[in-house]
Amino acid sequence: MARLTVNGVVREVDAEPDTPLLWVIREQIGLTGTKYGCGIAQCGACTVHIDGAAVRSCSMPLSAVEPGQKIVTIEGLAPGAAHPVQQAWAELDVPQCGFCQPGMIMASAALLAQTPHPSEEQIRQEITNICRCGTYNRVLAGIKLAAERGQSG
Amino acid sequence: MSVDQKAPRPSRRAMLAGAGLFTLGFHIPFKATAATLDGAPQAPEVNAWVVVKPDETVVIRIARSEMGQGTLTGLAQLVAEELGCDWARVTTEYPSPGQNLARKRVWGDYSTGGSRGVRDSHEYVRKGGAAARMMLVAAAAKGWGVPEAECRVERGVITHGPSGRSTTFGAVSAEAAKIAPPQDVALKDPKDWTIAGKPLKRLDTLPKLDGSQVYGLDLKLPGLLNAAIRDCPVTGGTVKSFDAAAVSAMPGVKRVIPVGDSAVAVVADTFWRAKTALDALAIVWDEGPNAAVSSETIAATLREGLDADQAFVGNKAGDVAGALKGAAKVVEAVYGVPFQNHATMEPMNATALWTPERCEVWTPTQNGEAALAATADAAGLPATSCEVYKIHLGGGFGRRGATHDWVRQAVLIAKEMPGTPVKLIWTREEDMTHGRYHPVTQCRMRAALDADGTLTGLHMRISGQSILAAIAPQRMVEGRDPVTFQGLNPGGPEAAIGYTIPNLLIDHAMRNPHILPGFWRGVNLNPNAIYLECFMDELAHATGQDPLAFRLKLMDKHPKHRAVLQAVAERIGWDSKPPEGVFRGICQTMGFGSYVAGAAEVSVSDQGEVKIHRIVAATDPGHAVNPQQIDAQVAGSFVYGLSAALYGACTVKDGRIEQTNFDSYPVMKMDAMPAVEAILMPSGGFWGGVGEPTIAVAAPAVLNAVFAATGKRVRHLPLRDTDLRRA
Repeated sequence: MARLTVNGVVREVDAEPDTPLLWVIREQIGLTGTKYGCGIAQCGACTVHIDGAAVRSCSMPLSAVEPGQKIVTIEGLAPGAAHPVQQAWAELDVPQCGFCQPGMIMASAALLAQTPHPSEEQIRQEITNICRCGTYNRVLAGIKLAAERGQSG
Repeated sequence: MSVDQKAPRPSRRAMLAGAGLFTLGFHIPFKATAATLDGAPQAPEVNAWVVVKPDETVVIRIARSEMGQGTLTGLAQLVAEELGCDWARVTTEYPSPGQNLARKRVWGDYSTGGSRGVRDSHEYVRKGGAAARMMLVAAAAKGWGVPEAECRVERGVITHGPSGRSTTFGAVSAEAAKIAPPQDVALKDPKDWTIAGKPLKRLDTLPKLDGSQVYGLDLKLPGLLNAAIRDCPVTGGTVKSFDAAAVSAMPGVKRVIPVGDSAVAVVADTFWRAKTALDALAIVWDEGPNAAVSSETIAATLREGLDADQAFVGNKAGDVAGALKGAAKVVEAVYGVPFQNHATMEPMNATALWTPERCEVWTPTQNGEAALAATADAAGLPATSCEVYKIHLGGGFGRRGATHDWVRQAVLIAKEMPGTPVKLIWTREEDMTHGRYHPVTQCRMRAALDADGTLTGLHMRISGQSILAAIAPQRMVEGRDPVTFQGLNPGGPEAAIGYTIPNLLIDHAMRNPHILPGFWRGVNLNPNAIYLECFMDELAHATGQDPLAFRLKLMDKHPKHRAVLQAVAERIGWDSKPPEGVFRGICQTMGFGSYVAGAAEVSVSDQGEVKIHRIVAATDPGHAVNPQQIDAQVAGSFVYGLSAALYGACTVKDGRIEQTNFDSYPVMKMDAMPAVEAILMPSGGFWGGVGEPTIAVAAPAVLNAVFAATGKRVRHLPLRDTDLRRA
């Protein structure tokens, strides 16, 4: 049994140590907002926060999670989806199919936590998640909007 | 506004009881008593399209599938417009394919492809909304004992003018359900629209922001098991043997099951354990004769077709051979495009529950009715004993519409475990190597030009794969695949060529490799626009003419094609000098009922790196239902089109697709995404689609700009295979 802290709740999980954190979160813990897209850390649909940093959970084995590390998934990002990134996304109608968006939102939130006012070039380099519907320009606008809000707030 | 997020499994009995009165030409055998698609307090449907609950919530039924393209919101806008309800109270739900079958297709066609979601159903969904409004008004008028004509509707409130009395949709909906449906239903003039035609927010955004949106991958059912599958890497190959005993004792494994004659699945308590065991399973394949096929052998077959005597004619005028013979100048070039994978972000998946009496499937599908047919076929049961519950799609792009191969697999697995629901999830690797690929074609362009540089003749010989021959042979016309000629047709409302060329021959030498083709967003409009529009650019340069002016000379009889082309030229500033080091390309086409044009500004570094600075795209779709969603579709279409043009290629070696994941099949990311300026110019009088057409102008606009920048003509995609470094 491994012990994980996910969205502020301590969970005992029964999974093989080499199981990717993604599948532990989805199948053992039952939080399905974190998506499987590629399994090799290429697409970012599985992005979660570990101690505030964006991590592609499909390529992180359960055994690599250290005791006490705080994992946050899209479900736990902010009560009522009130994170500035989520609010900006709602305002700009960013998602199309939406499948990549939990990862996109988690990556964007982590970027803003680290760099509250990123340049456009920084955003383009840092956000490497794949969206096949092609929402990139609204994602870019959403991050800028969330950054502005962060400034005024 | 919200989309109902409850488990998408209505009570079948309740649904059957919900059969409506209103038919609009569809025969309905039974009467309405209640409708509970979501298990909420029952409210009778006013008609098949509209339910108004006592709390004034308006439920609009959507037959087409939402896969990100916004059709759910657009169709709801059309119904709500005619209904006259309060948009803030609108929710939506999918009636199931089984219900559509039971109710004699009251919701019409479920197929969601070809950019047809709105354009093929706008009339009957609007009539559904209008008829429901008339029935609600009739119920109120009857209650008051006044003429219906004295009542008006605004935002779900019915007011009797002379007396000032008012009531609400919710208060009279039960009575309205008993009113006979009207025979004559008039529709609003689009210029009077207040909900349709407006840039409203999507109805389905909020659940996509907090992880609560349920995709097929996320479905939960009591007792659910999970399956991973491996199909023979070579299409046409079969399973020779596998050693189930070696993995049966691995953690969580329940069963190892052959699926058809070409695949093996492992069923376990979790997907990860199923996949882990499958990876450890030794499978011996009989790969069959296709194992000798490679991209090179396919290319050789297609090259042979470029000169073949036999070809199906798609468009013909005058005498091309004569024109070429008498030409002052002949220009010739051969182009080609590779296979492409749809690469939806959500891999293929389906959950199936089979018993000897009944089979149920939960799956993201672009065509619920086709999914139901596939379910019944694989289950060995009549369709009336089956049901499909549609789940929001994590991308479709054509992959989830036509073949439902993954549904068949899921049902075959579930059939081995009666009474146990099994969710089949494809790995990305399975998805990449078992797609229904954008067809591979080559094209020889041969042009005759007179002494003035005017195009007098054009022979366009397409050689390669037919989609219909593989997946819808019943739609072939005397052996010919008409879809091959998208954007090249002599006329008609769907996909007509925009140039008048006096001597013209466009024909297709069909060559079908074993790699299975499918409808890939934009379909054959994509390669056809590349072939024609890059070649038009070549002809302009070969005769020392401006690429825009050269085209316009041929477009007098094509005013709508011409208008979109001129619109992008004006916006990009074609007549002015571009910024230092920046070069422009331009193009136009017509497909899916809409006229589109594109212009690009690019720069190419000495090292050959292409940077796309700016895209301008114009669309005339006739009518525009939600401009801000069209804007999103246009921007997104460039990501899809440019991913293929710049990076994408599925190549074949030893009979199998070589690319297995996003590391070997790269797609556009944000670092390469250009600004996209979408010009929406609906001219009225027709209904065109918006999900696909502008994909086709993405590649030629950029490739023509790359030529302007480098003098190098990229004729074989993807662009990354061409060395653009400065010599």
